[in-house]
Amino acid sequence: MGSLKTFFSTRWGIVSVGAFIGVFASLLQRWGNPANMGICVACFERDIAGTLGLHRAAVVQYMRPEIIGFVLGSLIAAYAFKEFRARAGSAPIVRFLLGVFAMIGALVFLGCPWRAMLRFAGGDGNAIFGLLGLIGGVWIGTLFLRGGYNLGRSQTTHTSVGWLLPLTMLGFFVLMLIFPQIQGQEKSGVLLYSIKGPGSMHAPLFVSLVIGLCIGFLAQRSRFCTMGAIRDFVLFRHTHLLSGAIALVVVAFIINLILGQFHPGFAKQPVAHTMGLWNFGGMVLAGLAFALAGGCPGRQLFLAGEGDGDAGVFVLGMIVGAGFAHNFGLASSPDGVGPYGIAAVIIGLLSCLFIGFTMRKEVA
Amino acid sequence: MNKIVDARGLSCPQPVLLTINEIKKMNKGEIVILVDTDTSKENVSRAATAQGWNVKSVESERSGYRITISKEQ
Repeated sequence: MGSLKTFFSTRWGIVSVGAFIGVFASLLQRWGNPANMGICVACFERDIAGTLGLHRAAVVQYMRPEIIGFVLGSLIAAYAFKEFRARAGSAPIVRFLLGVFAMIGALVFLGCPWRAMLRFAGGDGNAIFGLLGLIGGVWIGTLFLRGGYNLGRSQTTHTSVGWLLPLTMLGFFVLMLIFPQIQGQEKSGVLLYSIKGPGSMHAPLFVSLVIGLCIGFLAQRSRFCTMGAIRDFVLFRHTHLLSGAIALVVVAFIINLILGQFHPGFAKQPVAHTMGLWNFGGMVLAGLAFALAGGCPGRQLFLAGEGDGDAGVFVLGMIVGAGFAHNFGLASSPDGVGPYGIAAVIIGLLSCLFIGFTMRKEVA
Repeated sequence: MNKIVDARGLSCPQPVLLTINEIKKMNKGEIVILVDTDTSKENVSRAATAQGWNVKSVESERSGYRITISKEQ
């Protein structure tokens, strides 16, 4: 157990976790998840918002077991290695809003950083604009970090506080078992299901759940973070997390080649649009919000699983943000940006700048 | 008297930022960093090593870890 504990903090540890995610993200596409969307934390949380009826975009409604698995896998790892520690209270409302805007930015691009990398690994050239936007957004975030931006300390709290988001996820899973998908029907009890579109495409429930649990476990151990990969390189020239993210892209690319899932080009890419500027702009917003909140959407799920209540608030912000994104016409579609998507990106960026400029505090 | 950096309760990348800021100020000597998560412990240790400092000791405390790093010259 001791050597396993240290292995994941090594270079090979993080690389192997990135590779594991790359393999299974590509395979999940083979097994039923949408193309270039083996795993997309933003899209999948958006689908969860849909199945709960927080938005009524009929094509994106499904209780994605991968997300549930991420949180619960991390919880299991945190307990197995005695790292579970309930903590909360570091500016939760700010984290909530950052979650909302991160989701809006990601849905203007159509993917979180994980999916940006998977789209790239699947040959979608539009993802290059998204990845550049992500780097730009994180880079702006590092300027704030250098200038003293921080959201203050969290406090150790009741263990049960740290359990709330994992229990919520467990509740979602139970709902899914009580109200399972009925072929050809949009509603099952309280849950909504997509009949067509990306929300109707998914790997078998237990396959998704088990892969989600494994990734949650491994990512908790290795601290895998796609935003941190860029941030640590920009801030400190540290390549530790970056090597994990690169491993994900390279391995997903290789598996896509083997499975015949690599289709290079810009036009008609799956669940993507070709408006380069807003692919870029959406991810600048998402990248900045992730940087200000201290983790990519996947990392926020893993942190929530190990007891970080503030990360849990960020996750809830993202799910609510998905509701806004689809109810207000902010989210993009393969036809291009939504009617109010551009305005939302600008408002989001201004809000993040306000947060970045005004929340500095001497902590040392 | 060692310089003490209290990074408890701070999220990524604050513990590493504070540590590196202190390293740049001191150039040599000994710094104690207090952290409260295993992630921060690993990140701070890795960052200190990358800056050419030695991780002298990592002691487990009730509220986390007490990391002592040092550099001779």
